[in-house]
Amino acid sequence: MNFDFSLIISSIPQLLEGLGLTFQLWIFSGIFGLLLAIVLMLMRISGKWYLSAPAMVYIYIFRGTPILVQLFIIYHGLPQVEFIRESFLWVVLREPFGCGILALTLNTGAYVSEILRGGVKGVPKGLGEAGAALGLSKMHRFIYITTPLAVRLAIPAYSNDVISLMKSTALVSTITLLDMMGIARVIVSETYAPYEIFISLMIIYLVITWATQKAFALFERRMSRHIIQ
Amino acid sequence: MSLANTAPKTVISLQDVDKYFGEFHALRKINLTVAKGERIVICGPSGSGKSTLIRCINRLEEHNSGKIIVDGHELTDQVKDIDAVRREVGMVFQNFNLFPHLTIVENLMLAPRLVRKTAKAEARKHAMTLLERVRIPEQADKYPSQLSGGQQQRVAIARALCMNPAIMLFDEPTSALDPEMINEVLEVMTDLAKEGMTMICVTHEMGFARSVADTVVFMDAGEIVERNTPEEFFKNPQEERTQKFLKQILSH
Repeated sequence: MNFDFSLIISSIPQLLEGLGLTFQLWIFSGIFGLLLAIVLMLMRISGKWYLSAPAMVYIYIFRGTPILVQLFIIYHGLPQVEFIRESFLWVVLREPFGCGILALTLNTGAYVSEILRGGVKGVPKGLGEAGAALGLSKMHRFIYITTPLAVRLAIPAYSNDVISLMKSTALVSTITLLDMMGIARVIVSETYAPYEIFISLMIIYLVITWATQKAFALFERRMSRHIIQ
Repeated sequence: MSLANTAPKTVISLQDVDKYFGEFHALRKINLTVAKGERIVICGPSGSGKSTLIRCINRLEEHNSGKIIVDGHELTDQVKDIDAVRREVGMVFQNFNLFPHLTIVENLMLAPRLVRKTAKAEARKHAMTLLERVRIPEQADKYPSQLSGGQQQRVAIARALCMNPAIMLFDEPTSALDPEMINEVLEVMTDLAKEGMTMICVTHEMGFARSVADTVVFMDAGEIVERNTPEEFFKNPQEERTQKFLKQILSH
């Protein structure tokens, strides 16, 4: 086998042409997914069955099935349904980019909502009681007491999910999108050099992961400034 | 001046209050009135309902039947009444429950800023006055985790005072403290009592009960077994259960 080290380096600029798309998918679905997760988490902790039950079913379905299957159903399946083709959803779903964002958003939303719920549940009950005894409304207690502490508790698990989402964006290459993974597959089909190209791709993903970990470590340190050893 | 005019006003009144936790009957037909300026110490074995009783007064627990009236507001499901009562009643917890992500002075400023919409500078000034009162103004900009247990509990007392409550509830304020820190907290509480604060205090500190309380209430199995002045209570307990309890806690 001929292993061409120079190809590892020389393919990187070409792969980076997909970086923009990877970042767009990652950032948009990350933000929409977080908003969805907040809504789902609030539904789960609302104490009202008609809110918590649908959220639980939703989370069960989206955590319980492979994201690739979800992506295929959205991309190949939904356009078969006539009223979807006629509705405003079509604006999003007729483009593979929209399908990719939607699938990633729906999936990460399910995971992150459970991470946030864990953070909220981890805040000692006595702190809420202290707030209540001071006359703070439920809303004030949630915003000023529960949220900052829950965020701190959720950071490590949440950073995991953000990194995982970044890697999941590679799946959109299966629905014709040319993100970095998609470009890699094109180059491989032209050069017949899968090792070199995919090793280059790994290096790029590892660099992004490293930067993300650093950013979250800084965020965690800032949110922990009240914890003095 | 006639005596009738100086008769103390009732600020808290509990009438036939019952409370269940599932099957467990935590409070049984509790009747208790507290006059303005009165200092009540509640004692009794663990699980006797002392904490539940004071937690009902600011509705951290909901009673199941009977009436609780605090400063003219009856406690019902009405959020407006609950908020009105909570503004009048300060509470100090066994585990301090300071907000760990806020500095000491921010712990004191949070409620006045949000509930009373006090301006920041004014809230801080008031907070500093209270920290001086509990003798730790120098800790104002530290976080709770940097303070000792006794200091944290004094901050918690100051925080409860920042809303200018007419009544203070203490739920075993010294039980989580190392022995050498108990006195600094009791001193602050004694100061408060001297200033005429209405206080209900669940505690096992019998020295504090003797020197500060007007009334000692003994609870067992969800009932008020006996209430009396501290002198009579310690010297001449009427009920067998009270005698047994006092023997247990005073024999050491």
